[in-house]
Amino acid sequence: MKIHEYQGKELFSRYGVPVPRGILATTPDEAERAARTLGAKVVVVKAQIHAGGRGKGGGVKLARSPEEARQLASQMLGHVLRTHQTGPEGQLVRKVYIEEGLDIAREIYLGMTLDRAISRVSLMASSEGGVEIEEVAAQHPEKIHVESIDPGAGFSDFQGRKLAFALGLTGASNAKFVGFCRALYRCYLETDATLAEVNPLVVLKDGGVVALDSKMNFDDNALYRHPDIVAYRDVDEEDPREAKAKEFDLAYISLDGNIGCMVNGAGLAMATMDTIKLVGGAPANFLDVGGGASKEKVTAAFKLILEDPGVKAVLVNIFGGIMKCDIIAEGVVAAAREVHLGVPLVVRLEGTNVEQGKAILRASGLAITPADNLRQAAEKAVAAAGGAAR
Amino acid sequence: MSILVDDRTRVLCQGITGSAGSFHCGQMLEYGTRLVAGVTPGKGGTRFQDAVPIFDTVAEAVRQTGANTSVIFVPPPFAADAILEAADAGVALIIAITEGIPVLDMVRCKAVLQGRPGVRLVGPNCPGVITPGSKCKIGIMPGHIHRPGRVGVVSRSGTLTYEAVFQLTQLGLGQSTAVGIGGDPVNGTDFVDCLRLFQADPETDAVIMIGEIGGSAEEAAADYIGREFKKPIAGFIAGLSAPPGKRMGHAGAIIAGGKGTAKEKIRALEAAGVRMAPSPAELGTTLKAALERGTRR
Repeated sequence: MKIHEYQGKELFSRYGVPVPRGILATTPDEAERAARTLGAKVVVVKAQIHAGGRGKGGGVKLARSPEEARQLASQMLGHVLRTHQTGPEGQLVRKVYIEEGLDIAREIYLGMTLDRAISRVSLMASSEGGVEIEEVAAQHPEKIHVESIDPGAGFSDFQGRKLAFALGLTGASNAKFVGFCRALYRCYLETDATLAEVNPLVVLKDGGVVALDSKMNFDDNALYRHPDIVAYRDVDEEDPREAKAKEFDLAYISLDGNIGCMVNGAGLAMATMDTIKLVGGAPANFLDVGGGASKEKVTAAFKLILEDPGVKAVLVNIFGGIMKCDIIAEGVVAAAREVHLGVPLVVRLEGTNVEQGKAILRASGLAITPADNLRQAAEKAVAAAGGAAR
Repeated sequence: MSILVDDRTRVLCQGITGSAGSFHCGQMLEYGTRLVAGVTPGKGGTRFQDAVPIFDTVAEAVRQTGANTSVIFVPPPFAADAILEAADAGVALIIAITEGIPVLDMVRCKAVLQGRPGVRLVGPNCPGVITPGSKCKIGIMPGHIHRPGRVGVVSRSGTLTYEAVFQLTQLGLGQSTAVGIGGDPVNGTDFVDCLRLFQADPETDAVIMIGEIGGSAEEAAADYIGREFKKPIAGFIAGLSAPPGKRMGHAGAIIAGGKGTAKEKIRALEAAGVRMAPSPAELGTTLKAALERGTRR
């Protein structure tokens, strides 16, 4: 789960990670008032959307007066912001964060995430603040310094010092950076984060160390124990069908092709998408109905797929294991009837009781195109959708 | 004749009285698995299907029944605790089926297990392990699609594994052992561990490995295969068409920061001499071709 910058900073300050003073605004009036309340010589107006790359996209601007803050806010609020992460359609800005301007001496990158290769949380720092870490990793890997944290011992101050000295931080900033890392690790751990990125972390002219940005992602599997973080969810930032899929406990990802897919199992669902691409088509979605694939779930999945106006054909690929093919076929037929399926449906069943399953599909009277294997199913679906990808 | 589990495997189930646990324990018994105990705190002294004794603690179950393997169906919030309890009781093989365990719980769990070399974890978020020749099925896979034989299977996915097994069986190729290592970002046994075991198993002639996007476990496997693995091996990677930054069902199936793409993994495995299946419809035939070509060097 993702949250906004201003929410991340709220969490940061709760855990003692220093952040600039800031106020959220949803109207130009509020933005002007916020700037006045902050009373800083310069304030920063920051569009609040989940995607990164806001600065380059024009979503972060300096204002030298409350009036200017108001004007900048009115240019952002209610307008679509496009960054390299939003895609060409962009994202509508509904909130801006007004923040005090600071006297910045230098910018640093600090990120915390799971290192899967060693199953530990790692802290990464780079002197190249404000630049995307992937870019630094590709061009100057020697500029990235990493410390992995022992889950038993937790973060040790020496790890922060190692990073601080590697970054060339001396004097008061050195100790403040160590404290920053310690607080950030506590925040990461206690909120079940999967990413805590501060880009940039700024060193001020007075030696202070402050999070100028905040990007936090959380482990969906741990949200049950964090109602406060669930409350941060902003459905406006989510794909509407993906948000709906969550209600039905379906794993669904929206894509931009024209063949709707319904598959049981995540690996098989990915493999189905791959096969569609392989034969020249384009999948409209990833959808895993789960190993069980009950009639209720199949119906919900059909509805979800058909809500996508781009879908020109549906491909159902089910491996019947413990759940037998005849039971699944009955579910597919009942669901297809219930939703008044208006596009071609290709079904590939394999596994237990496959012959009985196919017989049920044939006897249904529905316009179902059966397929014997995955490649053939993909070819038939691509043909039914009107040929190659749009 | 197999890896990890065989006819000396004595299984206990943690979470045997829950809906998934009881259903699959019934299936395991039917298949022939030696399920000797169940554990549900507070239900000690009762029996599962009038046959399998249930205990309050894993330690007690091990003491009374000599169980050496545990299969875990405990719900996600309590699953890491269940794994640690099994490890504490000295259970040598812990197979965690549970999907949805918080990743930081597993980080903590794995650090503890690393200090216990005699304990091996498979999973979590996996279908389990099956050795058809020993009638030993531990997990949620459909038993009847398997046949005893000499092909090893190792996979991060569930249904895609069944797909592979089914295709092998239809081609007359039985399986020595099929292992699901799970779709989570932090898991126990990995590809390299399984490949080492298959390499050492005189009754495994060839291996099919099935990976997916996310992480670097397949690259690590490619590195090992290139250096040490001598048997014919086929492979498949799911997620060639997956967009970056999106979790594809499995918690671990995500391309993050441009890393973990299917393309990189396929390239690494091909370079190591793995025969890659061009599509999931050709898992069985690709393995067969690898087998017919014989030893890799």
